[in-house]
Amino acid sequence: MRNRPLFLAVALSACAGQHSAPTAQPAPTRVTAHDTSVAHAAMLGATSTPNADPFPSTYHPFTSRPTLIRNATILTAAGPAILGGSVLLRDGKIVAVGNVASVPDDAIVVDGTGKYVTPGIIDTHSHIGAGGAPDDNGTQTDDVNEATSPVTANVWVEHSVWPQDPHFPRSLAGGVTTIQVLPGSANLIGGRSVVLKVVPSRTVQGMKFPGAKYGLKMACGENPKRVYSQRGPSTRMGNVAGYRAAWIQAESYRRRWDKWNADPKGDPPSRDLGLETLAEVLRGNILVHNHCYRADEMAQMIDIAREFGYKIRSFHHGVEAYKIADILARDSISASVWADWGAFKLEAADAVRGNMALLTRAGVRTVMHSDDPGGEERLNQEAAKAMAEGNRIGVPITEDVAVRWMTINPAWALGIDGVTGSIEPGKNADVVLWSGDPFSVYTRAEKVWVDGAMLFDRLDPSARWRTDFELGFVPDSRGGSK
Amino acid sequence: MRARQLIHAASVTLACGATIAIAPLSAPLAAQTIAIVGGKVYPVSGPPIERGTVLMRDGVIVAVGAAVSVPDGAQRIDATGKIVTPGLVNASTLLGISEIGSVASTRESVARGRDGIAAAFRPWDALNPRSVLLVPARDAGITSTVVMPSGGLISGQAALLHLINGTASEMVLRAPVGMVANLGHIGGGQNATPRAETLMRLREILEDARVYRTRRADYERAQARPFAASRLDLDAMLPVLDGREPLIVAVDMASDIDAAMAVAREYKLKLIIAGGAEAWMLADRLAAAKIPVLTGAMNDIPATFATLGQRQENAALLAKAGVQVTIIRNAGDGDEEGFNARNIRFEAGNAVAYGMDWNTALRAITLTPAETFGVADRVGSLAPGRSADVVIWSGDPFEFATQPERVFVRGVVVNAPSRQDLLEERYKTLPPNYRAP
Repeated sequence: MRNRPLFLAVALSACAGQHSAPTAQPAPTRVTAHDTSVAHAAMLGATSTPNADPFPSTYHPFTSRPTLIRNATILTAAGPAILGGSVLLRDGKIVAVGNVASVPDDAIVVDGTGKYVTPGIIDTHSHIGAGGAPDDNGTQTDDVNEATSPVTANVWVEHSVWPQDPHFPRSLAGGVTTIQVLPGSANLIGGRSVVLKVVPSRTVQGMKFPGAKYGLKMACGENPKRVYSQRGPSTRMGNVAGYRAAWIQAESYRRRWDKWNADPKGDPPSRDLGLETLAEVLRGNILVHNHCYRADEMAQMIDIAREFGYKIRSFHHGVEAYKIADILARDSISASVWADWGAFKLEAADAVRGNMALLTRAGVRTVMHSDDPGGEERLNQEAAKAMAEGNRIGVPITEDVAVRWMTINPAWALGIDGVTGSIEPGKNADVVLWSGDPFSVYTRAEKVWVDGAMLFDRLDPSARWRTDFELGFVPDSRGGSK
Repeated sequence: MRARQLIHAASVTLACGATIAIAPLSAPLAAQTIAIVGGKVYPVSGPPIERGTVLMRDGVIVAVGAAVSVPDGAQRIDATGKIVTPGLVNASTLLGISEIGSVASTRESVARGRDGIAAAFRPWDALNPRSVLLVPARDAGITSTVVMPSGGLISGQAALLHLINGTASEMVLRAPVGMVANLGHIGGGQNATPRAETLMRLREILEDARVYRTRRADYERAQARPFAASRLDLDAMLPVLDGREPLIVAVDMASDIDAAMAVAREYKLKLIIAGGAEAWMLADRLAAAKIPVLTGAMNDIPATFATLGQRQENAALLAKAGVQVTIIRNAGDGDEEGFNARNIRFEAGNAVAYGMDWNTALRAITLTPAETFGVADRVGSLAPGRSADVVIWSGDPFEFATQPERVFVRGVVVNAPSRQDLLEERYKTLPPNYRAP
């Protein structure tokens, strides 16, 4: 509610920013600890191995049946809308799109008349799980910001994620199938992000998107300098000195370890979790997500990335991104932004609702992100607002373009566009059936499939996913509304 | 006749010195007669009219209907294929008293008060009519607001503003329209006041105000016991105690709403519930007690232990039970609230998606708040005698794709480029020309 002291929460959590490895290809399967020899595995904790995976994904797709959705309007995020089309899901994959001639004998048939199909929604900027509900002061569900040092590259946000957070089923009900959970923006370098499937699980490992690269959270501007005003950095120039000092250390660390890994003789160099993460960025194995509001600061972050040889995959929030749309397009940096958040702090004073449209026109991969659990539930509505503004200011945005803002473009920003984010044969069957046009205020996600398994059905409240926390605490309003 | 009455400025002095300022409706604006013709008109106070006419003169609506004759010399505005509604009312906003959330010098919504009590606080005294957030809100069809203070136990008073292009004092349509209080676990952190203590302190203030009223002379001679609030705050509480000014209680948890209702019965207060995340659990009782509720339709998150029952159907369930429901924003409205005061129409659309009747939802952002805050004879509907606050929409006002094409406040088109528009225009071409507007 408005009367709650939201400023801290907004100011600290509003901090998306990512940069990433230069490749847009599907992430290669990471070498995991389990792939290495037993003898070597015994000492893994002592060595800094590129692409090490000490907390491997244990996610397996849920049981699915072949499913044919037919006679729907399909916004594929890969081409023009298909009217009256069909989508066939089988064994967790999309196997056919368009005109599916015959109904397979074993398929469940879903009538999509008057309805729309889109890829599952992807949010590049979430804190759910790490910032759980309820979040009253003292409930101990706020594990977003390790605000104890300006550089905490050593933390991994997955170690904060509570799989029983009631936010998860609500995001799924909004059609969201994949999210990146990021550390907050209190720090210059906040730590590793994690890409999750929005699925019920006892463990966070059971939610981790197989094969997805990690991200690194960085943050510009007001938040770090406010949080550390007493000990520093207390200015924007202090912020920049802090990033550069960290990368200088990281480069030296990377050289030492690359040398030892190429020729492992004698004692290994000492291992440092923070520098290890930064070295992985320099090797291109971790994507950089950079919270940054102002155009001039984004331009400086681009220079820092060039100085140390990494790439920024996505600027997050970027309320002034429209001012440097040409530069972002030139450098292939995506922009994860809001439809209409502004004025909550000075660096957000130049927010305009035309940001997404202007970025899109300039050729920037534009991403509708949330940084907010409520916003994450309604990314389709956020996209609708941004689309309307584009049309108002003479920068027309079609639904085919707007659907990309919340599907294939965020998939690219997370490096998973090879496997999800569009309705194309061979992609993961992450699919949403909407009750109508997803850009209408009256439309809601009706059914949601993750890897071909229908995990949400608004028409069947009895089968709704309720987290452990909700049992008993949250009134079961099943059947209260369709 | 009603229109004539409305033209008179009035300052009604009430018992005990409390004053309700009521501004004149028709300031000397460009006097002219305007007819909006051909559109689908939603008067809200009556059924929709296909191809209706809205006739306004000198800032006041003079006729609405399907067979209204347009006088010679009137300016005709064709609204064929469009929707015509009253201007919208955002009934809980910081618009005009908060500019940049993190810049303390631009925030005027939270009084320092004494021990959490700031009943005499009138945030509209600091209203900034040049706030850059006002233009975009007005361009988007918001023509009235209720500006509310926040924080503490008694936050201060609320005012109903008219978003005319004028001075701060001209913008105040009616003030105060309520006293804002917070119940529940307030103050935040581990040291917050527990719920029962909050209630105890509210009762203490009401009790002291009651004693203060009868022993005022003794108080002035310093022959009364100490009171829990200052003289100004006690004075400000008297209209509330008399049931003339509503007590707007910001509260979410069903048990706290129940407690607020008990206090209201005990002291015969006029109660309004704001927020009311769990109000649906008490819908029948709120309806029976005729207690209006201000709530939203875009939050289903058990974000605190006081809102475990929060759901998007809240507004619809309350309305169905017969509660007078005003839709305010209840999600994503932290410090960017003023930036998005304009989004109230989408909250109404979401209420419809979660079960509210469409016409009730439109009423919930127009006439219902006007009724709740005592200005229904002036704004909130398209009816003769009302201020000519009218919006012509390109389509369904709740839809994202719909644009507010023309906005009238007191019969004057107020659409103007906002600071946001100027920035968009400047950066449509890169690099920008800094020497152009």
